[in-house]
Amino acid sequence: MSVDLPTVRRIATLARIALPEQEASHLQGEINAILSFVAELDEVDVADVEPMTSVIPARMRLRPDTVTDGEIADDIVTNAPATEDHYFVVPKVIE
Amino acid sequence: MTDDPTRLTLAEARDALAARSLSSLDLTNAYLAAIETARPLNGFLKQTPELARAMAGKADQKLARGEGGPLEGIPLGIKDLYCTKGVTTTAGSRILENFVPTYESTVSSQLWRDGAVMLGKLNLDEFAMGSSNETSAFGPVVSPWRKPGSNASLVPGGSSGGSAAAVAARLCLGATATDTGGSIRQPAAFTGTVGIKPTYGRCSRYGIVAFASSLDQAGPIARNVRDAAILMTSMAGYDPKDATSVDLPVPRYEAAVGASVRGKIIGIPKEYRIAGMPAEIEALWHQGIEWLRDAGARIVDVSLPHTKYALPAYYIVAPAEASSNLARYDGVRYGLRVPGRDIGDMYGQTRAAGFGAEVRRRVMIGTYVLSAGYYDAYYVRAQKVRTLIKQDFETVYASGVDALLTPATPSAAFAIGEKENDPVSMYLNDVFTVTVNMAGLPGIAVPGGLSDDKLPLGLQLIGRPFEEETLFSLAAAIEQAAPKMELPEPWWAA
Repeated sequence: MSVDLPTVRRIATLARIALPEQEASHLQGEINAILSFVAELDEVDVADVEPMTSVIPARMRLRPDTVTDGEIADDIVTNAPATEDHYFVVPKVIE
Repeated sequence: MTDDPTRLTLAEARDALAARSLSSLDLTNAYLAAIETARPLNGFLKQTPELARAMAGKADQKLARGEGGPLEGIPLGIKDLYCTKGVTTTAGSRILENFVPTYESTVSSQLWRDGAVMLGKLNLDEFAMGSSNETSAFGPVVSPWRKPGSNASLVPGGSSGGSAAAVAARLCLGATATDTGGSIRQPAAFTGTVGIKPTYGRCSRYGIVAFASSLDQAGPIARNVRDAAILMTSMAGYDPKDATSVDLPVPRYEAAVGASVRGKIIGIPKEYRIAGMPAEIEALWHQGIEWLRDAGARIVDVSLPHTKYALPAYYIVAPAEASSNLARYDGVRYGLRVPGRDIGDMYGQTRAAGFGAEVRRRVMIGTYVLSAGYYDAYYVRAQKVRTLIKQDFETVYASGVDALLTPATPSAAFAIGEKENDPVSMYLNDVFTVTVNMAGLPGIAVPGGLSDDKLPLGLQLIGRPFEEETLFSLAAAIEQAAPKMELPEPWWAA
């Protein structure tokens, strides 16, 4: 499989990465090189094989249903580019 | 007592500190001075001299009272992927250039609990994506190693390139690192140091900037096997804040160093004899086999038939998880923000400006293999192949094999710039290490000797899950038999 230019642009949109037009064809070449590298997997017989979900047999642990954290609103917004009180500020979404 | 305390190993420094023949403040000051002279290597992204001296002073007080912890007064470097409270944590990325965590990673907090001193934060490939430390937004790390008679700058490997270079250049007694596809073991091999990626779940991932969560593991890089074992004991352990960390007792790994390896069964996987493997790598591997045989181990040939599919499967699984993990960098809650026409454009501009080329490429690949219509063909197939890779190891271990011996890398270190325009050739660096992450196993890289160009080459030992002690014993046997690794003299300080 290989990707065409419209697909590269669609992936960039899905990935939320602005893609200058002059970079698209270069990136197309790189992505296709990687896709042809991974195409080797097509020759593996994976019928009746379960996909890996965890390398270590792990069971989800339960803990008491009590509050263990919180009251740290200052900490949470301290690295934000724009805040007001304890809110994150973003460009207007709804007119 | 030597004049230059940076020449001591971690174990020697620990003993000298405990005996009060050396103070942590003097040791720390010697390292801070060494770091100052090593700026051309670009190993440190941030130095924390005031913090280091304060921690050293406290350590000296504790040592004076006879209350020192296992690492009391030992100066360490921290890969800049570990969140450190109040100290910038960049992950080698523009997008986190000014990020100051309000919390501490569990692994680093355990080092401070045990008395260690923080010298600063170490350079790395951006978000740990790379095998040469050239993808760092803050410039590549220069290896302390050079070919004799050459001034060409070599890579220290990656992604833990700053960690490996700093340890090899004697800028710290040991360093934290992380390994998603080989990022501890490959730089250790390139710099003549020892690096161990423990079993998945052995160390907490809490507070370590995530790359590919099902593959990432923390581990140390150190100057010898004993020092790595000492650090491992402090770094390992169960953490309620990481649901994938495992609740098993942490051994005193140092006790395994020097233990007999007589009767251990060592598998030699024939699939690691790859086409075009340089003769010096093949020779090193044979030498390693002989060393372990001489130490009393039994050598058997084994087969891991799905080995060649590990790297392609990795380059689906790791980018897929990365695209998901890196979705959080959107210019809203932390990190860089670049304004846009609307919120969608703001996300796009922020991520285009904040991520470097390799990170953008991997996020794009990951987005593609997870997208509707391609998920089964790529991602699910890769996870099935991963099951087969793990079964290969399980079959070999079920036959009684204790550990596997392989080369750590397909070559010695290469020059800065040599592979930067060829992603796939760069990816092949991890051909011997990536299987271990795919199967969640422990792996250690230990120096084996020098290449024809007089650059370090490493051997890798792969163990059974949670049997890191066996790896420390076997690596120590190799270290004992191998020619002593003489680290480079500080040409960079001239």
